[in-house]
Amino acid sequence: MPGSRIRLLAVLAATALVLAGCGDDEPSGGSSAPSGELTVFAAASLTAAFTELGERYTAANGGARVTFNFAGSQALATQVRQAAPADVFASADTANMDKVRDLVGTPRSFASNRLQIVVERGNPTDIKGLEDLADADLKVVLAGPDVPAGRYAAEALAKAGVTVEPVSQEDNVKAVVTKVSLGEADAGIVYATDVTAGGDEVQGIDIPEELNVLATYPIATVNQSRHPSEAKAFMDMVLSAEGQRVLETHGFLPPPTT
Amino acid sequence: MAVGFLAVPLVGLLGRTPWGSIGTELTSPPVLEALRLSLVCSVGAVAVSVGLGVPLAFLLARVDFPGRNLVRALTTLPMVLPPVVGGVALLLAFGRRGLVGQWLDRAFGIALPFTTAGAILAEAFVAMPFLVVTVEAGLRAMDRRFEDAAATLGAGRWTTLRRVTLPLIAPSLGAGMALCWARALGEFGATITFAGNLPGVTQTMPLAVYLALETDLEAAIALSLILLAISLAVLIALRGRWFPSA
Repeated sequence: MPGSRIRLLAVLAATALVLAGCGDDEPSGGSSAPSGELTVFAAASLTAAFTELGERYTAANGGARVTFNFAGSQALATQVRQAAPADVFASADTANMDKVRDLVGTPRSFASNRLQIVVERGNPTDIKGLEDLADADLKVVLAGPDVPAGRYAAEALAKAGVTVEPVSQEDNVKAVVTKVSLGEADAGIVYATDVTAGGDEVQGIDIPEELNVLATYPIATVNQSRHPSEAKAFMDMVLSAEGQRVLETHGFLPPPTT
Repeated sequence: MAVGFLAVPLVGLLGRTPWGSIGTELTSPPVLEALRLSLVCSVGAVAVSVGLGVPLAFLLARVDFPGRNLVRALTTLPMVLPPVVGGVALLLAFGRRGLVGQWLDRAFGIALPFTTAGAILAEAFVAMPFLVVTVEAGLRAMDRRFEDAAATLGAGRWTTLRRVTLPLIAPSLGAGMALCWARALGEFGATITFAGNLPGVTQTMPLAVYLALETDLEAAIALSLILLAISLAVLIALRGRWFPSA
């Protein structure tokens, strides 16, 4: 009878979906030692540094895979609040960590960063400082006002007393670098680490210490994580001497000592 | 199960809508700004699509030229291309360093990224195929004897076009424009990649929803509701064409 065949197909399809959803990639070694998969939500500016840390983690933990979700910290905080399957959350500012404070363990600061003006290689528009960004003929791209990098940039500009009309507000700091390296924008304000990571296409213009902003990066394990021991292991690695060295090679500064 | 799959997200949206504060949300400046910009850009995109697409539809329907199939494939490509890929392609073509863009920049000082015109271009790129395909179908289905009759009665080509052909394909043109408009209104990937995101200039409603989700869920839901209502309106208006009773 066609009716029961359709029903059978529907049950098979539903079962397949459920099985696919439940698929656990944990190897047979149990979940007490760090051996399972790990999902890390990290600010976009941490892309290069954390990818390397992820490789080291995998090597040190018998091939345990680390999956990263790099995006603007504000987007990640919202996803964590919506119960996304994150095990670790690393934000580019304390404000976004505070947004999910009730959902994570005790945050620890693990790095700092400073801002730089990013321009195309060769600095064709001859930008020397923040004041130059006020030029109406210049296409300046900033991270959006809710993105940590955007907020820090606004702080620095306010300190310098400069008003900038950006042509676009990007969703994360990497997108700002992209627009500049593509030649679409003349300048942007990003982290010093992003300029380093941006490669040969871009160069950075320093912002004087008194105008610059120190970005503090906190990291925390997510309470609802299904891999709590792995999460702790990764967080410990980030905070360890090895982790700090990796962050330093990517241009990050040590966390504030307070 | 299929109906559930399609209906549950909509029910979820309506269920989470803050009906109490929806009035304030819908009239708040950022929402109105995004709405105004979306309307301007989508109507602009339809205008561009009609201006370029209707002649193209005529060409594809009436003229048998070498490479016609290729042109038709090219026309429908944006329909299947992932929108963000479209955005990347537009950047490489019309960006400041793009194939055509660098000439525009040098010769006329025109830069399309980061402008409302750029947003219109991005929306037209993804939406025009809908118009072309619908109008071409209408032209093919049309009884050409009416045009012949007009010719025998002494009407010139332009008069025939104006008073016979266009009225006859008006339903297809209308449907094509409605589809084109709905697609343009909902465009996100190409817009954010090519035109950028700036409130009042390029932040259309889909972009506003995406960004509002990160910080202000209520505003995101309000905007989503508007887009949902518009989509429903288009569907209802086109119901005769989607499900022809014959």
